[in-house]
Amino acid sequence: MSALLATHGLAAFYGDFQALFGIDFAIHAGEAVGIIGANGAGKSTFLKTVTGLLPAAPERIVFDGRPIGGLPAAAIVRRGIAMVPEGRRLFPSLSVEENLLIGGYAKRAGPWTPARVYELFPALRELRALPGNALSGGQQQMVAIGRALLANPRLLICDEISLGLSPLVVQGLYQTLPAMMREGLTVIIVEQDVGLAQRTTSRLYCFQEGRVSLQGASSELTRTAISAAYFGSTAA
Amino acid sequence: MGAILELAGVRKSFGALRVVDDLSLTVAGGELVGIIGPNGAGKTTLFNLVTGDLRADAGSIRFLGAEIRAAPPHERCRRGIGRSYQIPQPFGDMTVFENLLVAATFGASMSEGDANAACAELLDRTGLARHANALAGRLTLLERKRLELARALATRPKLLLLDEIAGGLTEHEARELVALIRAIKATGTTMVWIEHVMHALVAVADRIVAINFGAKLAEGPPEAVMVDPEVRRVYLGIEV
Repeated sequence: MSALLATHGLAAFYGDFQALFGIDFAIHAGEAVGIIGANGAGKSTFLKTVTGLLPAAPERIVFDGRPIGGLPAAAIVRRGIAMVPEGRRLFPSLSVEENLLIGGYAKRAGPWTPARVYELFPALRELRALPGNALSGGQQQMVAIGRALLANPRLLICDEISLGLSPLVVQGLYQTLPAMMREGLTVIIVEQDVGLAQRTTSRLYCFQEGRVSLQGASSELTRTAISAAYFGSTAA
Repeated sequence: MGAILELAGVRKSFGALRVVDDLSLTVAGGELVGIIGPNGAGKTTLFNLVTGDLRADAGSIRFLGAEIRAAPPHERCRRGIGRSYQIPQPFGDMTVFENLLVAATFGASMSEGDANAACAELLDRTGLARHANALAGRLTLLERKRLELARALATRPKLLLLDEIAGGLTEHEARELVALIRAIKATGTTMVWIEHVMHALVAVADRIVAINFGAKLAEGPPEAVMVDPEVRRVYLGIEV
């Protein structure tokens, strides 16, 4: 089976600074794959490159059999990739519900509607008419997740999805993940809680200094191997 | 040491939504108080009322014995209340060092010479020395969080309010942060810390206050609050 998303020798730069060095990555339809690594390892840069926020050569990123490297972000959303960005980034002048509806702007068909998002996050239902910036940080994170789901993506990319959410909500979110995947969603999860990443994904990639330092089945990677892949063999 | 911060009967509503509901809280000098609670419980709003980003509708807010409820934010900062924000908001086009200078100059009213020396020392303490001349907009999340903390410290706070500074850090990075918080505490700085990363908070807090719907749900030593059935039910989500 060919991968839903694959990168081949993907590099990324900020000006003269090279942040990614030849990343080979693949995720198949229906999989949940985790990306772990220290801050500054290149995880967010990788996600920005895949979603069209940073430039890439077309063939370096292949989605559903077609090259997408360097396409505008909006075109990539229309192909079926949505991201929950780090830092939430809601539209402050729009209401909660309008923020959610913006996620559906690409008009892709699928199971996600605002009503379903309110089932997932009941706290948002009574707040739906308020401006996005009137919500607490954690509630804004819920809106950011809902907005990405309303794009009805084939591939959902979650950058630190649990940031700012209470332990109870994080637990609920990860419990909902299997149901979402049964509806055909494929998920890339960037997560700092290594134990949580291991429990919720089938495979893990560990990034270190812009390279893949370790990859394998989540259940088979040992803490020692992960620790070494995080910090390099000398510091582990 | 007596109370440094005393809130009594504080209320704040946004339209019909009551976010802080008759809340009273006392923080003693040198204490580190952790604040936990569900999303939307009013934790950050509480900070905004103490710093003056928002005005309380009712109640009293006393800092070092003086009523500050009507004082503007910059005045409260100069009196000794410093804070960090959930999403760091550095001046992205200024260097890390320049960001600290702004805080020291305008927040702590330091002279140029004093500010230079104090900020250089802060860069060392917070592990940012090698990024001193980097543009703040180019920093990684961890570095931005460190800058956010350093910038609050540059205002020379007697009371430091920390809003979710451990979120998004790896276990190793969180341990480094806890060590840094311990070092700040050892200098006598009083702190109130909102955090969802419980292992980090429990490691350093003297006392934890759990709030829900803008009111106190539980209060006490970390080990007692963590096993409180109501806290478990509405916040931690562990079946009891």
